[in-house]
Parts: sequence; structure tokens; C-alpha cells
Amino acid sequence: MSLLFDTAFIGTHLNYWLFVILMMTGLYIVVARGNLLKKVVGLNLFQASVFMLYISMSKIAGGTAPIEIPDPNAVYSSPLPHVLILTAIVVGVATTALALALIVRINEAYGTIEEDEVLEIDRAKSLAETAREDERDNEEARAV
Amino acid sequence: MIEAITTFTAQHGPLLAIAVPLIASPLAILMVNRVAAFIVTWLSAVTSFGLAAQMVTITADGTVLSYAIGGWAPPIGIEYRVDAANALVVLIVSMMATVLLPYMRTSIEQEVAERQHTLFYACFLLCFTGLMGVAVTGDAFNVFVFLEISSLSTYALVAMGAAKDKRALSAAYDYLVLGTLGATFFVIGLGMIYMVTGTLNLADLGRRLAEVDAENRTVRTAYGFIVVGLGLKIAMYPMHRWLPGAYTFAPTTISAFLASTATKVAIYVLARFVFSVFQIDYPFERDTLQFVVLPLALLAMFTASFVAVFQQNVKRLLAYSSLGQIGYMLLGLTLLTATGLTATFTHLFAHALTKGALFLAVGAIIYRTGGPMMHNLAGQARLMPWTSAAIVVGGLSLIGIPGTVGFVSKWVLIQAAFEADLWPIAAAIVASSLIAVVYVWRLVEVLYLQPAREGAAKREAPLTMLIPIWVLVVAIVWTGFDADGLVSVARTAGESLLDGGFVADGARIIGVPGR
Repeated sequence: MSLLFDTAFIGTHLNYWLFVILMMTGLYIVVARGNLLKKVVGLNLFQASVFMLYISMSKIAGGTAPIEIPDPNAVYSSPLPHVLILTAIVVGVATTALALALIVRINEAYGTIEEDEVLEIDRAKSLAETAREDERDNEEARAV
Repeated sequence: MIEAITTFTAQHGPLLAIAVPLIASPLAILMVNRVAAFIVTWLSAVTSFGLAAQMVTITADGTVLSYAIGGWAPPIGIEYRVDAANALVVLIVSMMATVLLPYMRTSIEQEVAERQHTLFYACFLLCFTGLMGVAVTGDAFNVFVFLEISSLSTYALVAMGAAKDKRALSAAYDYLVLGTLGATFFVIGLGMIYMVTGTLNLADLGRRLAEVDAENRTVRTAYGFIVVGLGLKIAMYPMHRWLPGAYTFAPTTISAFLASTATKVAIYVLARFVFSVFQIDYPFERDTLQFVVLPLALLAMFTASFVAVFQQNVKRLLAYSSLGQIGYMLLGLTLLTATGLTATFTHLFAHALTKGALFLAVGAIIYRTGGPMMHNLAGQARLMPWTSAAIVVGGLSLIGIPGTVGFVSKWVLIQAAFEADLWPIAAAIVASSLIAVVYVWRLVEVLYLQPAREGAAKREAPLTMLIPIWVLVVAIVWTGFDADGLVSVARTAGESLLDGGFVADGARIIGVPGR
């Protein structure tokens, strides 16, 4: 059978499949959603998938918590990725907080949190600026 | 006594260069007033600059500094490891912060509400700490953490431009989303190489990855994630969407600081991963760099410079020009030769000085006229002669006219292209510089040949702004004539990176070992 139906392969790598699905869901939301708040949700999902990747990869089947026990044959799971992810979670929380604060400010300044409308306002402002400059350039040219 | 101090700073330099601004950051908030906060901020930047200068002199002969944090021996413990390549980057970052801060004190009077000044300094120091940390650390996960410390404070600093123009908010939001995606891609890559090697120490990663089969798909995927993640941070064409907005609407000092340091540090990290971690004999890496990154760098050199020609907002013009200049740095890196890397590191330094001076000079004009548009510049040569002259010198360096530092780096880059027998690339470098002539000439024409607004009085920028600008301008011309020191440090950096950087055996290692 093809790789797609290789149940043994899927079964032994289930955590990675879930990681990829979650990651792509998050990325899709970031790219496809126009609402700034929903983009942050997508970003969170995307980051959470990475946390899953790190946490699941350090787990050893039958491994115990990394606290020394008298059994000489004991297998321990690696604690390092968990600690790393603790830091990454903090970074993620800080990012979310900052993003939310920015959205509040954008809502105050623009009166909307839809990306299309924000971009429209930005573009109109830039175009007006450029048009004024172009007009000035033409006047300069006429004067010369 | 003095000898005891220099020995101490030589040993603990890598740590102190980070710790001092990090501790100064909350101190700046606690200070009674804005002046005290500024003094604390500036002193910490000066301290870091001194330490960085010492690191450059120590590592110039190929010595490697190693500092085991908390006395835990690497590779288990976190290590700060500095060779000629990072020392140069640390020097660039701390030098720019030292020069910029006095200017910042004046420019934020108009750009930031008064009660937020101490917070602004604190945020700047965090950004500074993060960039320095990325440059000195020898631990892969530490790179991510410091990268995010600097990025998060950068988003906040960019958003501070909202007091003048609300578009800073949407620019900061775009930057946040893309920057976070980039950082997360980078962490995914790190996770994958950790799965393969079981270590996060950069030097140790280099050693262990060299033993891994080159066909290993996990390592390939990791490489892809790391390059794309860093590419977003570098604003590698076509992942540059965040950059023009962020540079245009951030407070001018922040634009100057970001343009001269943030992307440079990310390029250094890319070089470190390409040459020290994955290493140059990894075939997949050679192919991606030469067949993907190199064409994109060439494309950036032309398209970004071309777009810059038509900008009516001067800050946006400089931002697009930065994108083109990033192309030159990546080009040097992708040639995969010692001379190419020398060119990259020389250009990191050259562009930091040049774009720093240009953004600051434009900022001085904004300070006097209130806006960054072309009509604000019109005729300013008569009203602000010193500032306008600085823009001209910066512009010449951007083109690469002999006698400026921009010439030195382009010269080395063209040499590298010829050495690699790629004369079309040398031709492309010259041709794209000609586009720079067009947009620099536009600036000169508006400044010198157009009439000023009627009734405008001659009013030069305040000295606190003019001195930092001219310090950079003098540095541009000085290194343009006397570039031996710069090029030799850049060459040491390039050659050591080509051998694997601080991974290479036989380097003299000094510092604080772990127990």
C-alpha cells in the first residue's frame, strides 16, 4: 500500500501528524482571516503546535519522570524540552499581550479591527500624501 | 589597578555587555526624572560599547572567548561564545546605541508623550539587550529567547510612532505577526535539529551535525525552517513586507537603530547557522544558498532599489534602499568564499554607519519641518546646510563612491564575485548601484536645487542632533580612507566562519570555564 495508508507509520508518528495539522490550521487562520483578533488566535494555535512538538518529542515510551529512582534499569524522559517550552510559552504570552494591546489601540485610532478596512484607510492616506507630492513635482517642472 | 579591571572585563565581557543594559532597563523606569533615565541608559550603552571594543581587539587574531553561565560547563550549560564575527556585530550594535541615544533624547521630545519617555528608554534598552544577546550567545535556544526579547520591544517601539501617525499601529501589528511567524519557524527548526543531535550548544551542534548523514530528512527540514524563519527577520526578499511600514512610521531614532542593527544581527545569525552549525560542506545547504537565496538577493538589489526611486516619503525611500542593501549582504554570504564573507561583514558595518547617518539626518529635518515627505526637504540645503551635507555624504556612501565606507564594502564584494568567476554578478552589483545614484540624486536635487518654503528662516538642527549625525558622517569618511582595520577584522571573521567559526579545533579559547 502507499505511504498514505501505512497505518504503522501513521500510528508511530501520530504526535507529528497532529503537530503538522495544528500548525497548518494556525498558519491558515493567520493568513486567511481578516479580523485582527482572529489572526492572534491563529498565531497562538501556531505557537501551541510547536509546544506540542517539543513536549511530545521528549517523551520516551515507558519512560518515567526525570527524578532519580532506585531502579537501575529505569528509563527517564528528557526534561530539557519541557523547560525550553516553559520559556517559549512565556514568549508566546508576551506576544499575545502585546498584540492585544496593539489591537485595542488600532480600534481606537481606526474604529475597526478588520484588516481590509485598516489597509483601506492606510492606503487612502498614503495616496493622498503621494498625490500632493506629485502635484508639487509637476509645479516644479512647470516653473523650470 | 587598571590592569586588574581590564583582565576582569576581558574575562566577563560577554556577560557584562548583556547584563549591564538589562539591569539598566528597569533602573531607567525607577529614575526620578527623564534626565536621570537618559543618563542611566546612555552610561549602560557606553559600558557595553567599551566591552565590545575590547572583545573585538581580543578576538581579532582568531582567539575565541568562552563564558560558561553560572559555572555550568558547556555543552550542558549555556555558553556565551565570541569570535571575530560576533565581536564585530556586538561592536556595531553597541556603537550605534551609544551614538544614537543623545540624538534620541532630543528627537523624542516631539515624537513621544513626555510621561512615556522613561518607558521609551527602558524599552530601547530591552531591544538593545536582546540584539547584544543574540550576538554573543553560543546556545541555539538562547538565540531564540534574545531574538524575541529584542523583537517584542521593537514592536512596542515601532507602535510608539502612533503619536505622530496612526499608521505606525498597523505597521507594528504587521511586524508582530510576521516577526512571530519567523521566530516560531526558527524554533521548529531548532526542535528538529535537537531531535537529531540532542544538544543546543552551537559549537556542539556543529560537531554532531557533521557526523549526521547528509541525506537525513529531518536535518533538511530543520534547515529549511531555520532559513525561512531567519529570512523573515532579515526581511530577505520576498519576505520583506513588514519592513517598509515599520521603518517609515517608527520614531526616527528607532528607524535608524533598526535599520543599522536589527537586520544585521539576523544576518549574523544566519551566517552562524550556515557556517558553524550546518557547515559549508553540507550539500543541501550549498544548493539552497546558491540556487534560491542568491537569485533572491540579486532580485532584491534591483527591485527594492527601483521601488525606492519612486517614493515620495523619504523614510520609506530609505527603507526600500535598506532592502536592496540587505541583498548585497546576502549576496556576499551566498558566494560561500572567505572574500564573500569579508564583504558581508564589511557591508554590515558600512551600512550601519550609512543608513544610521541618513535616517538621523532625515530625522533632523523632520524635527524642524514636521514631516518626512519630499516637500519638507525642499530647499533645506540653505536652511539646514550641515544636515543636508550629511545626507549627501550618506547618499554617496550608499552608492559606493570612493572615499566613503560604502565603496570599501562594494569593492570587496566585487572582488569576491570575480574570485568566484561570476563576473555577471559583479556587473549586477555595479548596475544596481546605478539605481542608487537615481534616488540619491533625487534627494540632492530636492535639497539643493528646489526653492525653500517662502518665509522659512535659516534654522539648523540642534547640536544634540547634529553631533551624532556628524560623528557617523566622519566615521563614514574615515573608514572610507582607512579601511584596513575594518577589512582585516571582517576577513578574520569570514575566514574563521568558513572553517566553522568557533566550532573549529585549534582556536585559542580563553574565558571563564565551567566546573
